[in-house]
Amino acid sequence: MSDPMEQFKVIFFEECSDLLISLEEGLMQLQAGDCDEEVVHSVFRAVHSIKGGAGAFGFDRLVSFAHIQETLLDDIRSGALEVEQAYMTVLLQAFDILSELVGAAQRDEEVADDFGGDVAKAMKAILDQTGVPLAEKNATKKPDIETDTAEKNARLFRILFKPYAELFQRANEPILLIRELGTLGDLTVALDVSDVPDIEEMEAEHAYFSWDFSLITEYDEAAIREVFEFVEDDCDLQITDHGVYLSPEAFVEDAQAGLFEDIEDEPDASPDVLKPRKAVKPAKSGEAVVSQSIRVELDKVDTLVNMVGELVITQAMLREQGGELLVEQYPNLVQGIEDLSRHIRDLQDCVMAIRAQPVKSVFSRMPRLVRELTASLGKKARLVMSGEDTEVDKTVTERIGDPLMHMIRNSVDHGLEMPDVRAKAGKSEEGVINLSAFHRGGRIFIEIADDGAGINKKIVLEKAIANGLVSPDANLSDEEINNLIFMPGFSTAESVTNVSGRGVGMDVVRKNIQSLGGRISIRSEEGKGSKFTMSLPLTLAVMDGMVVDIGPEKYILPLVNIIQTLRPGKEDVNSLPDGRNVMMFRGEYILLVPLYDLYHIDNAIENPCEGLVVVVEGDGGVLMGFIVDDLVNQQQVVIKSLEANYALVEGVSGATILGNGRVSLIVDISTIQDMSANQLRKFQSASPETNKISPQAQISSEIH
Amino acid sequence: MTTQENDDQTLMEQTNIEQASDISGQKGGIKQYISFNVGKELYAVEITTVREIKGWIPATSLPNSPDYMRGVINMRGVIVPVFDLRTRFSRGHTEPGKSHVVIIVKLDERTIGILVDAVSDILTIPQEDILSVPDKDVNPEYAFMEGLVSVEDKMVAIIKPRMLFDMNSIPDLGVAAA
Repeated sequence: MSDPMEQFKVIFFEECSDLLISLEEGLMQLQAGDCDEEVVHSVFRAVHSIKGGAGAFGFDRLVSFAHIQETLLDDIRSGALEVEQAYMTVLLQAFDILSELVGAAQRDEEVADDFGGDVAKAMKAILDQTGVPLAEKNATKKPDIETDTAEKNARLFRILFKPYAELFQRANEPILLIRELGTLGDLTVALDVSDVPDIEEMEAEHAYFSWDFSLITEYDEAAIREVFEFVEDDCDLQITDHGVYLSPEAFVEDAQAGLFEDIEDEPDASPDVLKPRKAVKPAKSGEAVVSQSIRVELDKVDTLVNMVGELVITQAMLREQGGELLVEQYPNLVQGIEDLSRHIRDLQDCVMAIRAQPVKSVFSRMPRLVRELTASLGKKARLVMSGEDTEVDKTVTERIGDPLMHMIRNSVDHGLEMPDVRAKAGKSEEGVINLSAFHRGGRIFIEIADDGAGINKKIVLEKAIANGLVSPDANLSDEEINNLIFMPGFSTAESVTNVSGRGVGMDVVRKNIQSLGGRISIRSEEGKGSKFTMSLPLTLAVMDGMVVDIGPEKYILPLVNIIQTLRPGKEDVNSLPDGRNVMMFRGEYILLVPLYDLYHIDNAIENPCEGLVVVVEGDGGVLMGFIVDDLVNQQQVVIKSLEANYALVEGVSGATILGNGRVSLIVDISTIQDMSANQLRKFQSASPETNKISPQAQISSEIH
Repeated sequence: MTTQENDDQTLMEQTNIEQASDISGQKGGIKQYISFNVGKELYAVEITTVREIKGWIPATSLPNSPDYMRGVINMRGVIVPVFDLRTRFSRGHTEPGKSHVVIIVKLDERTIGILVDAVSDILTIPQEDILSVPDKDVNPEYAFMEGLVSVEDKMVAIIKPRMLFDMNSIPDLGVAAA
């Protein structure tokens, strides 16, 4: 049996992470000058709820810090303080500290005594400016301005409510009454479980609990009685008026409120941990929304996704077999198979949608990163995000966090200039980084643009030559130079900072993105900034593929990369001196890639004029023509891992199971691109002088 | 032999193994093995690692893989690589037909198939009957050999598939042509 308290803790931390996200969102909005009252409220509520829950579990550090933060926010909320940029910095720092404290509490770690002390001091300083010392504020101010005004003529009532055992038989439910009562004012509930008998004697349909409420309300006794109108005959009810309410020390009580607001329906779950609590405040209940979502364990969703995957495979098999049936003979069966296909496809879309998450979960980590970076580098930067609600499968969001962080880091560290340099260049001291996401053509695009110095092509080229990545006499186009930053071991930072430039660079970013079936490209203008664009599949679990024959084998080409399929005439195909073939396509010569050769498949059609050429788009928009025997069909394939039981295979991104039960491999276009370039290396290294790869050959092969 | 029998024995044997303990050198334990033929040679693997024995089905070959890698098969939705034991021992290439079988074994987190000529028997072997491989100490490539045992006057080599087909650390067999 798990400790019920532990269980609540898990819920608390889950909520904390949601709250922290909405808190940060709100703060960002405030910083952007959007001082909407709603935003201020939501920020305040988030801190308040975290404090509340933390209090219930005795996370004292968290409570005391959150309390100061809450008080400050409350002043903003009540209008005592204007939102100023100076405060915003402190509030954002406070947010960072708060997230650290939550993290520490979750990991059960101790934090240093002075952790966050300076930020707390800064907040206190702001509070002191408003004229009312913090301590006094606690005593005289309630956190809610709504109740603030109400309390001027609020009265305190004590209500003893003891239902008779038969209460439930009249179809009454105490929790509804308590909720109703909560709407009248500030409610504190104490539960009396002394009448609960031993389990043997317990009657399932009897009511055993009784309650002792303290209600601070501006309503009168009659209004309270009205709540109990329907149960009056089934209970002992005592209402005593304790007169005009003078706000007592509200904080401790308040601290315990947050958590139990959410578990209030389970008094019998752990009666011993129940403490007096406040029920939903009137201000909140007005906004209370019925939850439109449920929490489901990931395992369950993944099982569902896997099963639908199997279903898709079975359906492909049925369709393949069904294709042989005569429609005239089995019209209903054929029609049925068609319908089934459509439904399964819809079902799959629905199931994948369950796993789809807004990229917000990844983006939300970035503002803090930028803040920390700018602070440690002495730069000024503003992160502008858009399209955070763009949804993409969880498998993708899980794996783009690191590359994205690296790229943001890169933009701040290498992209943006120091404030004085910016000023000299006639730009505003504060740099802007735009992070945006959008859907296009069945993929998600994420763009990171900065208005910094852009890539200094001269330095990049010098560095590349110094590192032996490029031969000194190479003549590279601007785009090729920009793409050099994706080469392994490349770092342009003049000094290695602790921020970036630790050897792992953009090459790792590109690898990570490629391993997700994504692509990354860069556009940069010196003096104006750089823009990285990555495009990623919406899911890593299924994709649309074109099944092609290569000799006896069937391979899958990702449909998204396919531009066109054609059979070239003899006059269209020409050879380069290195023996590779090129073909004229849309006014350009494109390389013909002999897949049969790269995959060492015997008995395949080698002459593109006899087989087919599938024109695909590789990394950086490079077009290539893949030579295949024939097209089989186009279908949705479920991506299976080869690495799970074997290993990564060069040129293959994964496998799938076709309708006939056979395994088929999925072509990895970007590694094929590299492999095809390596063919050239083989050609050059086969030169008589040496069998080893000459540095020159390596260079020219890598810059294609 | 069916998979059902296999599972039963696996279960039975698991209790035995727990009692027997795996501490090397400890005498008195009894383990069960599945023996199989590759040509005239007899090999055996511990029965607890065997998940299933399948008749040969054509595999999808993987490009740019070692020659003993016969490709991948679909085992109820899971992609399982199949290795040719004969090729692994540099005894040529198996031309699989209907009588050939694939022994599906589980190595830690991985599931792999081993292509052999035929399954021979289930052996129950007291641990003290397992004899050491001559020269094993000086030939690290024999690390995949757990030991030798004589059954009805025939020598059976007990192998550890993990050492033969672990993709992270395939020891370069001196005998392997790859």
